[in-house]
Amino acid sequence: MSARDKILGRIRHNLGRGPLDEEAATLVRDRIAGHKRNLVPARTSISHGRQVNLLQDKLEALAATVVRVPSLKEVPGEVRDYLSNHNLPSQIKMSPSPSMDDIPWGDVPMLEIARGAAVITDEVSITPAFAAIAETGTLCMASGLDTPSTLNFLPENHIVVLKTSDIQGSFEDVWDRLRQKFGEAEMPRTVNFISGPSRTADIEQQLIMGAHGPRRLHIVIVEDEQKA
Amino acid sequence: MQVTSRHFKDGAHEALQDKDIQTAFSKVKTGFSVARAARVEELPEFDDLRDTAVDIKNHVIENLDYYLEYFEDQVLLQGGKVHWCNTYAEARDAVLEICREADAKTVTKGKSMITEEMALNDFLSEQGIEPIETDLGEYIIQLAHEYPSHIIAPALHKTKDQVTELFHVKHQKYGLTERQTDPQALVNEARNVLREKYVAADVGITGANFLIAETGSTVIVTNEGNGDLTQSLPDTHIAVASIEKIVPTLEDASTMMRLLARSATGQEMSVYTTFSTGPRRKDDIDGPAKFHVILLDSGRSELIGTDKQDLLRCLKCGACMNHCPVYQAVGGHSYGWVYPGPIGAALNPQMVGLEEARHLPNASTFCGRCEEVCPVRIPLPKIMRHWREKSFETQVTPKPERWGIGLWAFFAKRPALYRMITRCGAMALRIAAGKKGRINSLPMMGGWTSVRDLPAPQGKTFMDQWKQQKRGNS
Repeated sequence: MSARDKILGRIRHNLGRGPLDEEAATLVRDRIAGHKRNLVPARTSISHGRQVNLLQDKLEALAATVVRVPSLKEVPGEVRDYLSNHNLPSQIKMSPSPSMDDIPWGDVPMLEIARGAAVITDEVSITPAFAAIAETGTLCMASGLDTPSTLNFLPENHIVVLKTSDIQGSFEDVWDRLRQKFGEAEMPRTVNFISGPSRTADIEQQLIMGAHGPRRLHIVIVEDEQKA
Repeated sequence: MQVTSRHFKDGAHEALQDKDIQTAFSKVKTGFSVARAARVEELPEFDDLRDTAVDIKNHVIENLDYYLEYFEDQVLLQGGKVHWCNTYAEARDAVLEICREADAKTVTKGKSMITEEMALNDFLSEQGIEPIETDLGEYIIQLAHEYPSHIIAPALHKTKDQVTELFHVKHQKYGLTERQTDPQALVNEARNVLREKYVAADVGITGANFLIAETGSTVIVTNEGNGDLTQSLPDTHIAVASIEKIVPTLEDASTMMRLLARSATGQEMSVYTTFSTGPRRKDDIDGPAKFHVILLDSGRSELIGTDKQDLLRCLKCGACMNHCPVYQAVGGHSYGWVYPGPIGAALNPQMVGLEEARHLPNASTFCGRCEEVCPVRIPLPKIMRHWREKSFETQVTPKPERWGIGLWAFFAKRPALYRMITRCGAMALRIAAGKKGRINSLPMMGGWTSVRDLPAPQGKTFMDQWKQQKRGNS
């Protein structure tokens, strides 16, 4: 008997039944396919404008830094200022994502931008975000051919360009968005939820930033929606 | 791993004399526990979420066979492989075979309690494959050839000075000869050493906090980002998980996520929560080309249908130990196996045998804090009591202890006699104590009097006082 059969057999024996009958199996399948929301904290049931504020507050409390700019035009200047304020080199590794092409990088010629996955020598990365969750101040990054996930982890400094239209209230909102983009029961290879820069408390329970992932996380929130 | 639970009493005794252990473990009271309370306070739905989580977990266990098969189908659809393993030995062999296929010389590892259970590191080393722990705490204890003393803060027992010395000795070979004393500098040094290892590794091994049946995803949660580098840079990713880690849907996972970090470290979310689904896609420019899931049973399925089934809900958050006065006093290593604290006292007898672990369920004051803070409401004191009963019934409890309990039961069942004896006993103790009112040694009570005096009973027995008061009131 295979290990698989032994394990399943033991489970069924101890549950006092055989394999689920068709009726019971349908219930379980429907539960999965229905993926009903459980209790979602009320703190996310607020206007979108307040969700954006909540996200910023949460991220800042998690030791990330946030700036808000009115349009994509301002992004390169923000990036330049951020790099110079932190004495960082102007070489940047950026996602190959087309969403980054709408940003007029040419306006700031000092930025030396390469595109691709991260390598160990990269010090600064710039990526888009798939979404962000106001509930907990969490970014959601979906891997793909033009959004390599190593950019989220390998460089010491991670700059994220986040559009306000991608800011959601809860995790549940993001699950719906993922299903919408990738299909039911489909996920990109890697979905990273990121809540602040890397940290550890493994030495005498003292909080130290920059354990293995980025030491700094900077989010540029771009208004891309019409103000009501 | 090597089980030393039978030496619990000696271990506890030593830990109580160890100043470093006392400092380190008392800190969880002011650290994790305070932070947890603050996060719970901020989330009015917390208790309702716990109830939902209990329902989800119970539902999964009732249908575990179906969910496991469903999960497997989804992993296969995404191009991954699932390896079913009854025992640690089977799981070690499955990992080894994958490593051999990858021609692996080094493997990086994310923090994983289940690979601690399997003693995977020792096994891989014996096979000529170098395992490298990447979570800072795990890395420290791997260098020191020790094992975790806390399930989410494995190097809790190490002082900064010990880490300084350890790195100073072990990092010489990388040309790092300066002795670092600042915690930030120590973290930086480990970061730099491990950077090269991530890239060089042929296989990355992680655990899994959750398995999602709906999508065939495995989920890991870290604060350092080590788990992500471990699983995204090597060509092969192995996720090792026990069978009860399944949740049905992404929505169910988010309910668990809302409880996990709050209960564990008192964060709303850990910094990184990562869902991995299959190997890298056709056009992806990074990510592992091969994705394997090891599904390990090792005693879990035997809990189903027993009075200890509730243990299968455990999220491995560590809240029970963070709030346990016994754990804080005796530290993690006294428990002698992977899981310390109340969860260890309830789970380890099942995993390593009651004979080996019989002291652990006794190492409790039954104050009930563990159950109070458990995000999935595991009745830990009740389960410990079951083990105590079983220990007595199956004669695992040694004879003198059994006789003692038998003798006590004889009197307890005869109230009049019991009261008379306690009255006499109290009087005898009072006489023995003399003017001091304390007794510093007493036959058969060495366990008490070796470390503190026994105060002599004052006045009448409780029952006598009770009667007297009742008379006075009427």
